[in-house]
Amino acid sequence: MTVTEDRPAGKEIGSPRKRKEDQRLITGRTKFTDNIQLPGMLHLAMVRSPFAHATITNIDTAEAKAAPNVVMVLTGADVADEQGALPCAWPISEDQKAQPHPSIAVDRVAFAGEIVAVVVARSAAAARDAAELVDVDYDELPAALDLKEAAEDTVLAHPDLGTNKSAFWQFDSAGAGTGSAIDDAIRDAEILIEREYRQQRLIPAFMEPRSFAVDPTGEQITMWSATQVPHILKLMLALTLGIPESKLRVIAPDVGGGFGGKLQVTPEEVITLLAARRTGKPCKYTETRSESLMAAHHGRDQWQKLTLAAKADGTVTGLKVDLIANMGAYLGLVTPGVPILGAFMFNGIYKFPAYQFNCTNVFTNMTWTDAYRGAGRPEATYAIERMMDQLALELDMDPVEIREKNWIKHEEFPFTTVCGLEYDSGNYEAATARAKEMFGYDELRAEQKRRRESNDPVQLGIGVSTFTEMCGLAPSRVLGSLNYGAGGWEHASVRMLPSGKVEVVTGTSPHGQGHVTAWSQIAADRLGVPFEDIEVLHGDTQVSHKGLDTYGSRSLVVGGSAVVAAADKVIERAKPIAAHLLEASVNDIEFKDGRFSVAGTDKGMAIGELALASFSAHNLPDGVEPGLDADATFDPANFSFPHGTHLCALEVDTETGGVKMRKYVAVDDVGNIVNPLLVEGQVHGGLVQGIAQALWEEAVHDSSGTLVSASFVDYLVPTAADTISFDTDRTVTPSTSNPLGTKGVGEAGTIASTPCVVNAVVDALKPFGVIDVQMPCTPERIWKAIHDRGAGGADPTEGEAMPHFDEKDVADRSEGGAQ
Amino acid sequence: MIPAQFDYVAPSTVEEAVNALVEAGEDAKVLAGGQSLLPVLRMRLNVPSVVVDLCRIESLRGVRDDGDALVIGAMTTHSDVFHDPLVREHATLLTKAVEQLADPQVRHRGTFGGALAHADPAGDLGAPALALGASFVIAGSGGTRTVEADDFFEDLFTTAVQDGEILTEVRIPKYTGWGAHYEKFVRVAHQWPIVAVAAAVRVDGGTIAEARVGLTNMGSTPLRARAVESALVGQSATDEAVRGAAASAAEGTNPPSDLNGDADFRRHLATVLTRRAVLAAAGA
Repeated sequence: MTVTEDRPAGKEIGSPRKRKEDQRLITGRTKFTDNIQLPGMLHLAMVRSPFAHATITNIDTAEAKAAPNVVMVLTGADVADEQGALPCAWPISEDQKAQPHPSIAVDRVAFAGEIVAVVVARSAAAARDAAELVDVDYDELPAALDLKEAAEDTVLAHPDLGTNKSAFWQFDSAGAGTGSAIDDAIRDAEILIEREYRQQRLIPAFMEPRSFAVDPTGEQITMWSATQVPHILKLMLALTLGIPESKLRVIAPDVGGGFGGKLQVTPEEVITLLAARRTGKPCKYTETRSESLMAAHHGRDQWQKLTLAAKADGTVTGLKVDLIANMGAYLGLVTPGVPILGAFMFNGIYKFPAYQFNCTNVFTNMTWTDAYRGAGRPEATYAIERMMDQLALELDMDPVEIREKNWIKHEEFPFTTVCGLEYDSGNYEAATARAKEMFGYDELRAEQKRRRESNDPVQLGIGVSTFTEMCGLAPSRVLGSLNYGAGGWEHASVRMLPSGKVEVVTGTSPHGQGHVTAWSQIAADRLGVPFEDIEVLHGDTQVSHKGLDTYGSRSLVVGGSAVVAAADKVIERAKPIAAHLLEASVNDIEFKDGRFSVAGTDKGMAIGELALASFSAHNLPDGVEPGLDADATFDPANFSFPHGTHLCALEVDTETGGVKMRKYVAVDDVGNIVNPLLVEGQVHGGLVQGIAQALWEEAVHDSSGTLVSASFVDYLVPTAADTISFDTDRTVTPSTSNPLGTKGVGEAGTIASTPCVVNAVVDALKPFGVIDVQMPCTPERIWKAIHDRGAGGADPTEGEAMPHFDEKDVADRSEGGAQ
Repeated sequence: MIPAQFDYVAPSTVEEAVNALVEAGEDAKVLAGGQSLLPVLRMRLNVPSVVVDLCRIESLRGVRDDGDALVIGAMTTHSDVFHDPLVREHATLLTKAVEQLADPQVRHRGTFGGALAHADPAGDLGAPALALGASFVIAGSGGTRTVEADDFFEDLFTTAVQDGEILTEVRIPKYTGWGAHYEKFVRVAHQWPIVAVAAAVRVDGGTIAEARVGLTNMGSTPLRARAVESALVGQSATDEAVRGAAASAAEGTNPPSDLNGDADFRRHLATVLTRRAVLAAAGA
């Protein structure tokens, strides 16, 4: 394992540099995919199924084809032989069942929003107009919509499969030899707590809708995609469509957010490519927000049954997890693996002797699910952090105290968990102590007591959550052992230009995180060149020819480490040239702050001078190639394990069920920090996204499988007006698994905040005997929980969206039509 | 999101606008601030043949003092209503409601008359306008007519404004010296209210002398809580007295059930929010 090494006297790492890329990103004076205009470009509009499950009996495209400026109309039948099946890179079991996932449905649709036809026209408006003219006849089939019912095979999402169960996956600590038997722990438990939690379905709701443009002219087919994963996309498109990989170039230009929602190979990408290939002209498709909410992959959506065994003193002796995970209608790129990413995290920061995880992946007739910020780990953290509160409640102990009793002590690191993961470092005591101090824990508890005693209609709830996550995805060998289809390494090149400027090429693919700034800081310190002299290039497979892209809080830990390694290689390449030009022995050459010097003398050369000398190649040592450029890949030996303690105080208005946040403290340990501003940005954004799951967001479908929360009127994404200013701080326990000593931060806030807020809501309702409120904790659910008119609001959210237009004006769309 | 094709006219007088509407017939739509119409057009939920844009009719903008009433031009933006000193002094309830309406972007584009004519029962202006006894001036080919608030809101998205007519101005009687409050209950700030209550009261020596209470999103139109109003008169402005009067807030209402709550929850909210609105309006 690599150990943390002393960094050179860094001026950049640790400094709160403002983001280089923001000027162009914020003003829009840059290339987002939808900005791209090519000569002769055609535009696509999709015709989507209004039904969750139906047989397509006929598609009449004649009128659409005859419409002005329409070039082509494609149906599933037209492309059935060439569209292949969309890839799933993570089969979790040998006998995993799945329906092939077509880009355009051929004879049956399996979720509302599935594409049934595509119009290609000379303008986006003409395409949309003509899409309204495509006449699709459907025979509606019974739809599998309720997750628990689907797990019982009551109605089949795909009749040909014969079952809705895609796969079963188990981890058992006794079987794996990493712990004892769960059945024994349950049998011998002095305290046994069983609970069932719902992870509602969420929609990633990234800012930039998905957009794809394909230019089929020239030797390589070029695709621009608003994707997180240009490298994976290139390989997968080649495999799906049988195009030689060398004939494809994928470019992720500037991309406006993803949250896992753009970690996908989409039907729309394949369709845009097919349309471009057939017409021989550049084609572009940009989804509408309605399409994005309905048909881009969703996240979460699980039922979690939990059994926690403990001793009467609060020591946890075992945890059993039975999950039903909703795949939706198809398996996307990593759909089946998302719940498995959580399998190793249900034990959180705690020492459990026994653990068992059982997961059943189930098909329904809904939009398929896949990665969404945290991917499996927020679900796991939610479960254990809610359960620890339940244990505290059961034993009448303070929730912080119960956690402290069970967590791994800082002197016990590295610690091998009941899941077999080796947590490299951490200090839960320090983070918790700091959080409590910032929060004013004791004062808030005193206020809570006063409000309870006076029957104040406004009750105060205090929520606690700790978390850790496995991030920095991922050691390639571990991914291999989980049957994931790729490795987890990352690549970087450092190009020393003759003028002294530097290009850093990264295989990660930023879409809002600020990699350009952070990677510049890393390279600046390592090479001793000014921050401003560094350009960071990414996203174009012709420029960044190797990489595994951005997801799972991996970019800095893995990709940043690759930048370090490449920069170090540049220095090593330069040393013999420096020795030659300075007429010294290589062993006497020292490198510091951008200067190569001869030990014990004042002779030396700047790295920029060496770049020019090696470029001109007039006077190189024998056998040394021109140039100082270097490539490196970094494959981590282990995950990194950031952690943190979050505390939340909120007021619950018991008369209305309304929630008002008072204070939120997040003390995270993400190891060494390259740029504190970027870390703050990730933490704040992550917190809001996690709080949104607790309080606001839910994808709701009606009884026929239509998405009811189909616009931002009803899918409640919060704004700055809905949040408070968070109090954040950090403890720093460097990771030992990468040279920067960093840990991931992209998902941390999202993971910890959801249980923290729900714990606070439930804590506020303790005087009313409430032990759970289902997410999102809406005022109605809270009010009903208080008045015992629903078991913690366990009823599903029902009802239609409120109309804000005159429905009498709306044409009958039951026969389909464009969205 | 691209609307279907339509013809667009932007006349500069009310007369021209009415003529354009009459000519186009029932497939015409009036565009005021566009905050409801544009999303509908873009999602193709409505496909009008002609859109008549009122943005160039200067006479429809602004607030003026007309003796015992204020006259608010239909094309006055929410933001202008909010900042208007006449409104603040004589119709404080409107200032309070507009302050909380949607988000800053909507308040700068959306219009007072457009929102009222759209008649979304979850809109923030209907209940205050109804409570204040506004009258609505409507222009058509036969000239103008005035409709009182009680007759203006007919049903969901339906008002007394007929095809070929335009709402030109709204007259609000002056409530100088009244206390007012708009109590709005939402889950996120930019949301339509789940329920809201508009209250204006005249307090005389600690006693409520007159009260006006309107309910948002408790039926297919904005509603007056008349039982509450009469129960409030003569009561002292105390929590206990107002609580008793507010208990009948949901009387005669028919609230919707949707993702944010069922009808029962809304009926309950109406009583709580009415109490709070009245107490805040009374300065208690």
